[in-house]
Amino acid sequence: MATYSTNEFRSGMKVMLDGDPCNILENEFVKPGKGQAFNRVKMRNLKNGRVWERTFKSGESIEAADVIDLDMEYLYTDGEFWHFMKTDDSYEQVAADAAAVADCQNWLKEQDVYQVTLWNDDPIAVTPPNFVELEVTDTDPGLKGDTANGGTKPATLSTGATIKGVPLFINIGDVLKVDTRTGEYVSRAKT
Amino acid sequence: MSDWLPSARIEHLQQRAGLLAQARAFFAQRDVIEVQTPVLAEHTVTEPDVQSIQVPDYGYLQTSPEYHIKRLLAGGMPSCYQLGPVFRHGELGRLHNPEFTMLEWYRLDFDHRQLMYEVADLVDELLGPKPYQHLTYADLVGGVASGPREMLDLAFAEACERLTPGRFFITDYPADQAALARINPDGQTAARFELVIDGVEIANGYWELLDADEHRQRFAADGEIRRHRELPAMAVDEEFLGALEHGMPECAGVAMGFDRMVMLACGAKDLSDVLAFRGSQ
Repeated sequence: MATYSTNEFRSGMKVMLDGDPCNILENEFVKPGKGQAFNRVKMRNLKNGRVWERTFKSGESIEAADVIDLDMEYLYTDGEFWHFMKTDDSYEQVAADAAAVADCQNWLKEQDVYQVTLWNDDPIAVTPPNFVELEVTDTDPGLKGDTANGGTKPATLSTGATIKGVPLFINIGDVLKVDTRTGEYVSRAKT
Repeated sequence: MSDWLPSARIEHLQQRAGLLAQARAFFAQRDVIEVQTPVLAEHTVTEPDVQSIQVPDYGYLQTSPEYHIKRLLAGGMPSCYQLGPVFRHGELGRLHNPEFTMLEWYRLDFDHRQLMYEVADLVDELLGPKPYQHLTYADLVGGVASGPREMLDLAFAEACERLTPGRFFITDYPADQAALARINPDGQTAARFELVIDGVEIANGYWELLDADEHRQRFAADGEIRRHRELPAMAVDEEFLGALEHGMPECAGVAMGFDRMVMLACGAKDLSDVLAFRGSQ
């Protein structure tokens, strides 16, 4: 397996730290004029999303992580695994477990494309697009005529996720555009 | 493509030109004369934490004009300074560039305390007057002071980063970090100082060691550390030692990172904002 030395560290580089694949976010060179050189590195653990800060002696090497991000189409879930298919016409599939899918469960719609992070060919994370469009399956009845201002209400989507901040005029069966980064309502999708 | 563009804004480079002129005027006023010594020479430093860039068939790009200026002093040159490029291998980051501008000056018959006052005068001239606080190395590094050297270096670097805002002189470095400063009468600390401004190391000065044999011992100790860390062995500069054997006058000297001064003057946070063109690795 390849290794990277601290002076090759760049943001976006995937490396192994304490047995977990990590994505380098920041690499700062620290050196007193007459002292040893260090690299203070911020990295995100790709398995649990936590950000770690570590200081390495300059010149130290760490193992590269065999990590790639692939766009894949979501097919279905069998309750234990979530199945995705490559979009390169190879029809190759991978099965992601609950830990990998994590919060993305809230935004999964069949036939939509998601970013699947593979470590040694195993899916470890699934990232939704910034915006998804999902159908409302449950919400309080809409109030006729109230299209401009007024209060908001929660709505349950086809994925089972409940979002807040939905305008009162939204009805069951409407399709909503949702920001997956904040989990908030954006607009009613144009149909 | 915009890769051809200068790293720094043109206004910052204009400000740099003003600071260079101001620094030269400061020394002219004090009868400290400007010298130019080789940037490329056969020998370089032995220090284990300073790596030189080797130039095949010619030697090394100099990491500081120190040895050459000291040879000038031994040869009869009065107080003098050099303001120009120096080079260090592998140093690249927000506050580092493999090529940078060093302002290094030597004052005959000064000790490190007198030189500290002159450093403050120059900084006041270039950045505007502000008060200075004084700390010892032990104040700064505190409890770690007895750990292994690499822990100390990291603790020191991180403690310096926390010295912000403000201007801080650090003195009383441990004797084993004397570099080429003389050892204080206590036998434990070195006559060395550094200036840190707003968390950035700006200058490093010594009451200069004159004894040639002690230089040889320190160079040999550097060589030992280099062997231990599997760094390239560096030949000792015999011409420099020859000058010391002949006799160098009593003096104090200091090296200041000029690009970092420009950075502070411009209110910039990264050397890229004050260098015409940023180096790469």
